[in-house]
Amino acid sequence: MLSSLLLVLLIGAAAWAGAQAGFYLLLGAVLPYSAVLVFIAGLVRRMIYWAGSPVPFTIPVTGGQEESLGFIRQAKTDCPSGASGVWARMFFEVAFFRSLFRNTSAEIQEDCLLTKGPRSIYSSSKWLWAFALLFHYSILLVFLRHFRFFMEPTPSCIRFLESLDGIMELGSPRFFLSAGLMLAALFFLLGRRFFNERLRYISLPGDYFPLLLLIGIAGTGICLRYFDKADTTAIKVFIMSLTHFAPVSPQGLSPLFFTHLALVCALLLYFPFSKLTHMVGIFFSPTRNAPNNSRRVRRVNPWNPPDQYFTYAEYEDLYREAMAEAGLPLEKQPDGT
Amino acid sequence: MAKLPPPQTLIADRPSFPDQPWFDTRPSFAPGNFCYPAKKETMETLHMPNPHEWDPAADDWGLPDDWERILCDAFAERLEKHRSLKLFMDICVRCGACADKCHFFLGTNDPKNMPVLRAELLRSLYRRSHSLSGRVLGKAAGARSWDKGVVKELFYYAYQCTECRRCSLFCPYGVDTAEITMIVRELLHEVGLGTHWIMDPVKNCSFTGNHLGIQPHSFVEIVEMLADDCETVTGIRPKTPFNKKNAEILFITPSGDVFADPGIYTFMGYLLLFHELDLDYTLSTYASEGGNFGSFVSFDMAKKLNAKMYAEAKRLNVKWLLGGECGHMWRVVNQYMGTYNGPAPANTTPPISPLTGTVFKNAASTRMVHIAEFTADLIHNDKLNLDPSRNDHLISTFHDSCNPARSMGLLDEPRYVLRAVCNNFVEMPENTIRERTFCCGAGSGLNTEEIMELRMRAGMPRGNALRYVQQKFGVNHLACICALDRATLPPLADYWAPGVTVSGLHELVGNALIMKGEGRRTMDLRQEDLPGVDDAEPEEPGEDG
Repeated sequence: MLSSLLLVLLIGAAAWAGAQAGFYLLLGAVLPYSAVLVFIAGLVRRMIYWAGSPVPFTIPVTGGQEESLGFIRQAKTDCPSGASGVWARMFFEVAFFRSLFRNTSAEIQEDCLLTKGPRSIYSSSKWLWAFALLFHYSILLVFLRHFRFFMEPTPSCIRFLESLDGIMELGSPRFFLSAGLMLAALFFLLGRRFFNERLRYISLPGDYFPLLLLIGIAGTGICLRYFDKADTTAIKVFIMSLTHFAPVSPQGLSPLFFTHLALVCALLLYFPFSKLTHMVGIFFSPTRNAPNNSRRVRRVNPWNPPDQYFTYAEYEDLYREAMAEAGLPLEKQPDGT
Repeated sequence: MAKLPPPQTLIADRPSFPDQPWFDTRPSFAPGNFCYPAKKETMETLHMPNPHEWDPAADDWGLPDDWERILCDAFAERLEKHRSLKLFMDICVRCGACADKCHFFLGTNDPKNMPVLRAELLRSLYRRSHSLSGRVLGKAAGARSWDKGVVKELFYYAYQCTECRRCSLFCPYGVDTAEITMIVRELLHEVGLGTHWIMDPVKNCSFTGNHLGIQPHSFVEIVEMLADDCETVTGIRPKTPFNKKNAEILFITPSGDVFADPGIYTFMGYLLLFHELDLDYTLSTYASEGGNFGSFVSFDMAKKLNAKMYAEAKRLNVKWLLGGECGHMWRVVNQYMGTYNGPAPANTTPPISPLTGTVFKNAASTRMVHIAEFTADLIHNDKLNLDPSRNDHLISTFHDSCNPARSMGLLDEPRYVLRAVCNNFVEMPENTIRERTFCCGAGSGLNTEEIMELRMRAGMPRGNALRYVQQKFGVNHLACICALDRATLPPLADYWAPGVTVSGLHELVGNALIMKGEGRRTMDLRQEDLPGVDDAEPEEPGEDG
């Protein structure tokens, strides 16, 4: 936790100092270009790595009733038996975190009056689901909103998102809900790693680092907009020059902007080598992306081992006398006929 | 077996989390918390790699000299074979949603029994050799190197997971601990580490056709005895066809139903049902095991034991296969059999119920139908004459076995049958049934006596749910569709909810089934008197049968 925090601060401080010292080429061109490159190439490489191994068996985890007899109602999305059901299942998984929505928390009582003994109670626990969903949708919205810096003219759908996001009509410039919600969700996700004993025990630096990095990104972003009151026109000119592969000198942009940018680049650089690959990994998950049709459609395993088993002929050879005595039909009689 | 502490103590005794981070703790092997090791000769007979004598409680496990290379290579090989493994090593975000979904964690409060940490044991090794950050940053990136303590730790926790997949249901990415446990067990087998309770049945099954090693003539004898018992109860002696060529259906069920109480009563239920239907079926002494302990060893071993089903279906020239009540058998049949040993033999055809004409479309390729699907279809089409009041002394609840529930989705078929044969049916709390069902605590080859306390701990969620309906609704009977359950749930019920009996679904079917020409039933299949039946004037139609 502490080391992750230090690392994030270090990245931020280095970027700030670098901007002050005028390393614009490094911070404004080399870093962003290489980060995007590493991000894309890294993710592609990771997907190729996964796809390089076969899925030898059809192993969906069935979350409901199978397709069976006509009078029994199938759970078509939780236990899909065909492609459309799998698409629906994946959609609910990716868009609404279906599996996490099931979450419960268990409480074990030693003595309960009702059961005159021990009892386990499982209560619905949707906090993780709610905040995880909140975080992911907020960051999606924030990400999309940033396209106003990447496209000229700004597409109307992005403008619409902005107006939606600023619907509270608070402050000047108008406060974007998504930024605040994203930060709140991140603090929740960080807080549970901190205060929940189980989470604290399982958490690795690789769990704290991305959270703190994202908090840093959101924090610097909010500061840029509301406190630093950054010159968005200048930023847009600079970013457009990057996207047109003709970087202009970003002189005049605040060091905070470069801090924000460097943290984003750090995230992109870190992404393909971390647990964050769950973003694309979920689509590969064989317990979710396969239909429950393994008795109807045979899957072929490319490394299926050779047939090797104790054959009936060997079995009968071993037990022929006893089998004959028990009156069992035989392929060959004991006398050899 | 040591005497178990009372349930309250068992719960109160759960230790709190250790102070040290999990990287620095190692499990201590004490009698009662590990399964006995497989015998060297068993492993040799099965041509398993590096067979040797060893003792989990000893310091030195007698690993081969180049154990580290073997394990690293085996791990790399598994990564190339299973996309799931690569993915599950990479994408877990440690959100912790799986933690309290695991019955082993709830029962032991051992942090490494949280599915996330169980997987992290392997993930940390993965990072060391298969990720840049792990190679460079080591521990800071959550990576660690192999050492003999790590091997022991993997063994300890791979055999404290019943591959029930409950965590996977709740995981936002579907990370499947069963997959990881199966692969860790495979890795351990590469250096000769396995458990007796799994490998002995595997050996038996390999060479005699079933887990207990019942030889063909004894198998026949036992089934004949069960048929005799059926006659005692019903006055009708059901047919017992064995190894019959050209039968329409080959019926395969776990051998546990043939030799172990209370599974035998379920088997009697099958015999009576098939007799009443005049089903053209056969049992096989060669493919006399539906269960597949090989699936607790390795994919290859699972394939090997499973191969007998299709081989026998081919030899006997049957049309399709019908499978009895079993959990992991159905995991293998439903998700693996077609791939392992398919396509189904050319003589087989997509299954059609000879009584109702129903085509079992969902089994069109493997050609194997679950008995609960088969019977539910019969009942729906009014092909059975049932008297559920014979089960009126039971207030029944239903335990979904993990594998049919989460690897097949067989949820409503058994309930449909149960409701038809039993007037009093109560569900356990909703978070403990259907796809969210809790394991019996001893699946995947952990149903051995020497870890009874551990089993009771792992069975706590199921036990508590059972106790809840027992106290609240007067439930006195637990139905299930798994042979392992029939072995593991009776001690679990005795411990957590004393007074609840356990039976298979088709035992209740056998009890409720009104057969053509049967005598008046005064006993159930266990030959216990049916309450409320006046047997002052006993008819004895079985006397001349």
